[in-house]
Amino acid sequence: MVDQTASNSQLQAQDNVSLLTTHDGQPLKKSLAKALRREKLRALLLIAPLLLFIFLTFILPIADMLMRSVENDIVSNTLPQAVVELQAWDPQSGELPPESAYVALAADLKIAVKEKIHTRLGSRLNYDKAGMSGLFRKTGREMRKFDDNQPAKDQFISFDKDWGEIETFTVIRRLSPNYTDSYFLSSVDRERTSLGVQMKPENEQIYIKLFIRTIMMSILITLSCVLLGYPVAYLLATLPTKSSNMLLILVLLPFWTSLLVRTSAWKVLLQQQGVINDLLVWIGIIADDNRLVMINNMTGTIIAMTHILLPFMILPLYSVMKTISPSFVRASKSMGATDWTTFWKIYFPNTIPGIGAGSILVFILAIGYYITPELVGGTSGVFISNRIAYHISSSLNWGLAAALGAILLFLVLALYWVYDRIVGIDNVKLG
Amino acid sequence: MSSIKGAAVRFEKVQKSYDGENLVVKDLNLDIAPGEFLTMLGPSGSGKTTCLMMLAGFEPATHGEIFLNDKPINNVPPYKRGIGMVFQNYALFPHMSVAENLAFPLQIRKMNKADQEAKVKRALEMVELGAFGNRRPAQLSGGQQQRVAVARALVFDPELVLMDEPLGALDKQLREQMQYEIKHIHENLGVSVVYVTHDQTEALTMSDRVAVFEDGRIQQLSPPNVLYESPKNSFVAQFIGENNKLSGTVTAINGDVCEVKLDDGTMLKAEVVNVSKVGERTLISLRPERVEFDDPSKQENVVEGKILEILYLGDHLRVVMSVCGNPEFIVKVRNRGQTRPMKAGETHKIGWAAHDCKALDSVQ
Repeated sequence: MVDQTASNSQLQAQDNVSLLTTHDGQPLKKSLAKALRREKLRALLLIAPLLLFIFLTFILPIADMLMRSVENDIVSNTLPQAVVELQAWDPQSGELPPESAYVALAADLKIAVKEKIHTRLGSRLNYDKAGMSGLFRKTGREMRKFDDNQPAKDQFISFDKDWGEIETFTVIRRLSPNYTDSYFLSSVDRERTSLGVQMKPENEQIYIKLFIRTIMMSILITLSCVLLGYPVAYLLATLPTKSSNMLLILVLLPFWTSLLVRTSAWKVLLQQQGVINDLLVWIGIIADDNRLVMINNMTGTIIAMTHILLPFMILPLYSVMKTISPSFVRASKSMGATDWTTFWKIYFPNTIPGIGAGSILVFILAIGYYITPELVGGTSGVFISNRIAYHISSSLNWGLAAALGAILLFLVLALYWVYDRIVGIDNVKLG
Repeated sequence: MSSIKGAAVRFEKVQKSYDGENLVVKDLNLDIAPGEFLTMLGPSGSGKTTCLMMLAGFEPATHGEIFLNDKPINNVPPYKRGIGMVFQNYALFPHMSVAENLAFPLQIRKMNKADQEAKVKRALEMVELGAFGNRRPAQLSGGQQQRVAVARALVFDPELVLMDEPLGALDKQLREQMQYEIKHIHENLGVSVVYVTHDQTEALTMSDRVAVFEDGRIQQLSPPNVLYESPKNSFVAQFIGENNKLSGTVTAINGDVCEVKLDDGTMLKAEVVNVSKVGERTLISLRPERVEFDDPSKQENVVEGKILEILYLGDHLRVVMSVCGNPEFIVKVRNRGQTRPMKAGETHKIGWAAHDCKALDSVQ
């Protein structure tokens, strides 16, 4: 009897260890979760408006844009019957599609012409084969004359001899699926020909070069920001609060003026008849007929963007340096380290988190920068984002713009991952 | 490490000003003997830390000369002075392990790897942290970090170690323990130590001599017991330990004893410290534990006071009384185990010897 009681209480004790309960016997974890649920719900409600806003204005548009880079339902929507007929046709056979395909095409085009959407299809196909835009516009005008009782094929060929080319139908057939990789292929200077995926001709290759240039220049800008920002941040962190606050305001001053004004100011300074060149000629360092070209090229972009992004480097560096106790430096010197050893072995390693944070900020901002390269970059100093903007607002090739944007996005994410691997994202401190 | 001879330090007419208008240190003359443990004690702003920084080389002296082993060091940069230093916030390098922290001064001295490791190991064992070499400073408790800081300041065998309020951030119990440890390390190694603190208990327990700083000057430089027993002026008397203050006028001086008429008319006998003539205003300083409470009749000074409050503190009773016009007169009554029939509001006779109360300057 005694034994049993003892073992019973032992069992109970074991139970208590494995599963803590509240007084009324509920598991402690469940009870805690219940107690915290209200808190969590409240927190969620508080951020709900912002969450909704971000979802509607940030996540949805990005998702939509990413979809556009592979979406391609314009062909199957405009020519629904012809697309079905063309699926049965083998482009490798060396023969034109059968009469039925032309009949279907005629039926589709009549509706398309009535709805005035055939030109849009023409411009879409034109991205993959030059001349398609004109072909569809011309055929659209001729469709009024189309006679259902005559053979469709001959009539089409009489409208435009391109309708007698196998290549025309190959392109239509290739682009008939709802999703396409053609935008992504163009983004990396490749195209799909009858021989498979190939590089575009040399003179049409621009995007890979542009991507590489964007990355290289962003790295250069980041490096010059580190070099210029580090001493400034150090000064800010070591000066007495009163003077450092004043200097901090000077660092932030650029944020108070419009980006456009600042960039235009660089134009005034850097152009060949500009302030800097005038000064150099006046001092006699350069000859009047040998003025430096510092704008509308890479130099201009790097100078202007370094200036604009510098605060994003200085601020994280400053906040990290502020936390480094001056006694570290004193301790190091008291142990016999010279100024340089103290800096290199003690001070610098402690500022790495700040360099990391600043570099990530500057690099990511630089790689997607648009307005400054547009204004001071000329042709050799523009970034991939300028090309994206061109496709969005001028050429209206949104699919290609989306594909370029998607590649840029994944490039940044990949670099972020590499950075995390090498430096460790835990080592990043913003303050 | 035990073969080190401590360094001798001499301050000669040293003055320091930060802004060119106020002197933080006014005419400092100080001799520190080899192997001595000297504490600079004083309220904040009294110039003690500035003196330490000048000695370490982080602040230049505005005037005067500092000698280390009889060599002037005013123009020697801090990294060439070879002085070990312990900081209030430990200043352990967060990006290095404990062992790397300790090896840093040895690396700088280009010592070979094997010697480095041996020295680091010995230093860690000295502070009883032998197993912690691979930890990061952040993984240690405050007390452990402090010990590492002490070990690091000693690992390169300096002849002089400076400590700038090293125990300020620790809790009371740990602080007391570290006081003994630092004292023992000092005794074992024989280095000279200059220790800065505003905590008088720390100063009294650890030092060979204490320099009490106030207003940029050393008010008194004495061994701890002298400092407590014979304060030279009323600032030192008030700063070191607890004391009761009674103000009055000197009416007669007989050798080293004087008679003082207190402001309420009471006549007292007191030891002459820095009063010189009859008629001078004086402040009498009296330690609470020197007041005889139970049997005052035999004492040279006997007065009556009103008990205001009785606090029980275990080893002693703290009785707050109103005595001779001072309503904050404190008496420490030893707990001898008997219960005393006394209540707040009663009057009680107390007494003390003439040599226990000091007639000091009344400037304060």
